[in-house]
Amino acid sequence: MSLSYKKKDFVSDQDVRWCPGCGDYAILSAAQQVFAKLDIPKENFVVVSGIGCSSRFPYYVNTFGFHTIHGRAPAIASGVKIANPDLDVWVVTGDGDALSIGGNHIIHAARRNVNMTVLLFNNRIYGLTKGQYSPTSDPGTKTGSTPYGSLDTPFNPITLMLGAGAGFVARTVDTQIPHMKSVIEAAHAYQGFSFVEILQNCVIFADKVFEHITEKGIRDSRQVNLMHGEPLVYGNDLEKGLQFTADGLKIVAADQADTWDAQQRDAAKAYQICQSQENGEFPVPIGIFHSVERATLDAQVHAQIAETTEKLGKGSLTSLLQSGEIWNVGEK
Amino acid sequence: MTQTAQPTSLDEVVIRFAGDSGDGMQLVGNQFSNTSALAGNDLSTFPDYPAEIRAPVGTTFGVSGFQVRFASKKIHTPGDHCDVLVAMNPAAFKVHVEALKPGGILLVNTGNFDGKNLKKAGYETSPLEDMRYKEQFNLVEINLNTAVIHAVEGTGLSSKDALRSKNILALGMLYWVYSRSLEPTEQWLKEKFSKKPMVLEANLKALHAGVKIAENSELLQTQHTIAPAPLEAGAYKNLMGNAALSMGLVAGAELAELPLFLGSYPITPASDILHYLARYKNYGVVTFQAEDEIAAIAAAIGASFSGSLGVTATSGPGIALKSEAMGLAVMTELPLLVINVQRGGPSTGLPTKTEQADLLQALFGRHGECPVPVIAPYSSSDCFHAAIEAIKMAVQYMTPVILLSDASIANGAEPFLIPDLDSLEKFPAQKAKTEENFMPYRRDEKTLARPWAVPGTPGLEHRIGGLEKSDGSGDIDYSPKNHETMVGLRNDKVQRIANTYAPLAVYGEDQGDLLVVGWGSTYGAIRSAVRNAQSNGQSVSHVHLRNLWPLPLDLQDILKSFSKVLIPEMNSGQLLRILRSEYLIDAVGYSKIQGQPFATQEIYDHIQTIF
Ligand SMILES: Cc1ncc(C[n+]2csc(CCOP(=O)(O)OP(=O)(O)O)c2C)c(N)n1
Ligand code: SF4
Ligand SMILES: [Mg+2]
Repeated sequence: MSLSYKKKDFVSDQDVRWCPGCGDYAILSAAQQVFAKLDIPKENFVVVSGIGCSSRFPYYVNTFGFHTIHGRAPAIASGVKIANPDLDVWVVTGDGDALSIGGNHIIHAARRNVNMTVLLFNNRIYGLTKGQYSPTSDPGTKTGSTPYGSLDTPFNPITLMLGAGAGFVARTVDTQIPHMKSVIEAAHAYQGFSFVEILQNCVIFADKVFEHITEKGIRDSRQVNLMHGEPLVYGNDLEKGLQFTADGLKIVAADQADTWDAQQRDAAKAYQICQSQENGEFPVPIGIFHSVERATLDAQVHAQIAETTEKLGKGSLTSLLQSGEIWNVGEK
Repeated sequence: MTQTAQPTSLDEVVIRFAGDSGDGMQLVGNQFSNTSALAGNDLSTFPDYPAEIRAPVGTTFGVSGFQVRFASKKIHTPGDHCDVLVAMNPAAFKVHVEALKPGGILLVNTGNFDGKNLKKAGYETSPLEDMRYKEQFNLVEINLNTAVIHAVEGTGLSSKDALRSKNILALGMLYWVYSRSLEPTEQWLKEKFSKKPMVLEANLKALHAGVKIAENSELLQTQHTIAPAPLEAGAYKNLMGNAALSMGLVAGAELAELPLFLGSYPITPASDILHYLARYKNYGVVTFQAEDEIAAIAAAIGASFSGSLGVTATSGPGIALKSEAMGLAVMTELPLLVINVQRGGPSTGLPTKTEQADLLQALFGRHGECPVPVIAPYSSSDCFHAAIEAIKMAVQYMTPVILLSDASIANGAEPFLIPDLDSLEKFPAQKAKTEENFMPYRRDEKTLARPWAVPGTPGLEHRIGGLEKSDGSGDIDYSPKNHETMVGLRNDKVQRIANTYAPLAVYGEDQGDLLVVGWGSTYGAIRSAVRNAQSNGQSVSHVHLRNLWPLPLDLQDILKSFSKVLIPEMNSGQLLRILRSEYLIDAVGYSKIQGQPFATQEIYDHIQTIF
C-alpha cells in the first residue's frame, strides 16, 4: 500500500518562528520530505524534542509531537517507544540539549538501543538562550559567557556516540540537502538507535562556524563522504583518497583509497577517521560512520513479557490477589 | 526433662529480634510473622535495619532489628515495648535492652559475648554479669554458636557454614514458646534451598533443635498460645507495604484497562516496588530501570503520552530530581503516578529510617503554580487501596498524582484482607477517538479533564509541550490573561477531585474537647492512643487524612467542632502549617523526628498534657 503523502501533509498550521536564514529551516524541510516518502501512517509518527531553538521542531510537523524539557527528550522518547513499539519515534535535539544537560540520557538511549532516530542540530552554540558557548564550541569561542574565549575542550558528537554504543552514527550538513535527506532516510531505515549529527548554521550567534568545511567552493576538498562499500575519495575531481595504514590515516591518490566499511562491529576506523583536525590537512568526514544492527531494547522487553506470559500464564486480578500464602478467617 | 505445664493463653506478644546485619534477623522476623499470620493472629511488624549492607560485625551501628507484634485482638501498631528480646551479640543487647518490658524474656547468644564483641559494643565487662538484668528479666543464656554446630552435626557442613543457621535455631525456640507450627517455615526452607540439600538439612535440624532446647530449658518452662484474632471474615495474606502497593498498581492498571509502565531508579526504601513489578511480567507490566530519577519520570511521562499508565517510584532525593518533569506532566495534563516512599532527610539523611518530612515538598515543591493531588496510605495494607485510588484520580482527571508512603509502612507488614473481586470497581480509561478538528485541550465539563489522545489514532495528530497554551486548541499562547486563566483551570481541576472523596470518618464523638489529626503511617499509634484516652472517659476523637491535596471538603466543619486540635507528625509540623493556614485554627503540633515511628504511649502521654 502506498500512502502517497506529500511534504505538505507534514506541515503543521503553526507559524515557524526561527530567525530568517537559520539552518533549521532547511533541516525541517528535508525531514518533512523524508517523512512523506517513508510510507508510514502519519498518526504513527511521534516527534519528541527537548528545549532550544532546534527543539521547536515538533510544532511545525503535522504529526504527534512532544516538546518536553531541556535535555530529557531521549528519556521521554524511550518511554514512548518501549511502551508502544508500534510508533515511529524521532528525537530532535540541540548540542546543548543533547550533550550538556541531556548527556546522560543520550548515552543511555544509545547503549540500550531503543529504536528511535535522533537528529542533533549542532550549531555549536546555545541559540535559544542568546548565545552562550556549548559543549561542541571550539576552544577560544567568544560568547556572552566567555568574553575572553572559552577554555574547555569540546565533545565530538560522533565519537561520543560511538563510545556510547550507538549502532548507527552519521553526520550531515544543513546546506547539503540531498545528502541530508539520504542520511536521514538511512538512519530511519536502521532498526535501532540511530544518531545523525547535522551541522547547522546559527546566523545570529555562531554564524559561519562551519564555513571552513561547508562553503560551496571548498567543501569537496574539505569533506569526505563515508558511504558503505564505496572508496574513501574526495577533492574537486575526487582525485584524493584516504588509506588506513599501520602509521595511521594517510592521504593517497584516489585509486589507492580504502573502501569504507560502516558495518564493522568494531568501530575503530570510525574513531580514527574522526581524529583529523578540522583545520588540518585531512578532510572532515560526513556520511555514515557506523551501521551495525543488534537487538533493540523495546523488542526485547516485549519478547520477555511474551515469553514469561507463555510460561506462567496470563495474569489476572484473581491470580494477582490469590497468589502466595493465604489463610481464611470465618466462613468464606 | 522438665515437666511442661499446660500452655497459658495470651492476647498479645511483641518479639524483637536483634543482631548483626548479617545474622538474618529480618529473615527470622519475617518467618515468625508469616507463621503467626497463618495462625490467624492480627499482626504488625517493624523492621529497623542499618543503612550499611554489612556494617562492621559486632558494632552498635550495625545492629539490625525486627519487631513483630501478634495478637488475638485487632492491633494497629508493632508495639512500643517488647515481651521478648533476642540479642545475638552485645551490640544488639546494648541497642535494644531498654525496649524490653520488665519480666520479659531476654534470650541472649552467650557465644558472642566474648571479649572482642563486648569491646566492639563498648562494654568493659559482660552486661550479663550485671544482676540488674537477671532480676529485671527472664534471662535465657544460651550459646547458640555451639548449639547450632552440635545440631547440624552429620550434615557435612563446616562449622562456619553451620553458624549461619543460628538464627533459625533461635526461631525454633520461640516457635516452641508460642506454640507455633513449624510447617510454614519448613516449607519455605524447602523451597529456598531446594538446590542446596545440605543447607536445607542443616536449617531443618537447627529449627528442630531450637524446639527441643526450648522444651528442655529450665528457663522457658511455660508455653503460650495466642488465639486467632477476630479479624473481619475473609481471605488474608501477610504483606509488606511495598508489596501491597505494587499489587495495587497492577490491580489499578487492570481496572483502568491500561498497560502499566514503571520507570524507576533504585533508592531505599522504594526499590522493592521496582523489584516486585519486575516480576509481574505476565501481567504485561513494563519496568524500566532508568539511568537516573529524571529519566525514570521522563520515560513514565513518555509512556503515558503513548497510552500506558506511567508510574515512577522513588524517595525524597529522587522526588527533588523529578520536580521539573512533574511540572511538564501538570502542563501537558497527562496521567502519571509519582510514588514517594519517604525516608529521613534532607540529603541522604537517614536512608533506611522513616519520616514524614516530604509533605510540603509534595504539595508545593515545584516551580510555578503546579497543583498535584496527594494521597497518603495510612497502613501497609492501605497501600493497595491507595494505589488504586491514585490511579483512578490520575486517569479520570488527566493529572499526575503523588502517593506518599514512608519507610515504616513500606517495610512493615500486616494481614491484608484480600478484597472481593466484585468490590473492585472498574474504571476503564477513556481515550479520544478519531474526529475532525480535534481539540487537545477541550475539557470535560464535570472533571475539567482534557482528552487523552494517543499516538496511532488517525486524525488526532497534535503537539503538546511545556509552553503555556490556549485552552481548547492547545496552541502556544503567551498572552497575559490566558496564562491567568490556565493557572486557574489547572488549579480548579485538581480541586474538583475533592468532590469524589468518601466522607471523613471521625473515630469517637463528632465534637468535643480534642481532635487528633494525623496522616500516613502515624495512624496506628494515634488510633491506639486515642482509644486508650477514650477509655479513660476523655473527650478525644481521631480523624486521619488520606487525601492531603486537595483537602477534604468536610474537614473544616470537623475541625471547628472541637475545642482543640492536635497534629502529631514525624516532621516539625508540616500538616500543622497547612491546616493552620487553610482553616485559621489554633491547632498545635507534636513532632517526633528521630527516624522512628511514634510509640502509642508517646502520643497518649502527649494527649494527657493537653487535658
Ligand atoms: C532546566 C533548564 N535549564 C536551562 C534552560 C535554558 N535553556 C533553554 S535552551 C538552552 C540551550 C539550548 O541550546 P541547544 O540545545 O544547543 O539548542 P539551540 O537553541 O542551539 O538549538 C538553555 C540553556 C531550560 N529551558 N531549562
Ligand atoms: S538563534 Fe540561531 S539557532 Fe536559534 S533560530 Fe536564530 S539562527 Fe536559528
Ligand atoms: Mg545549539
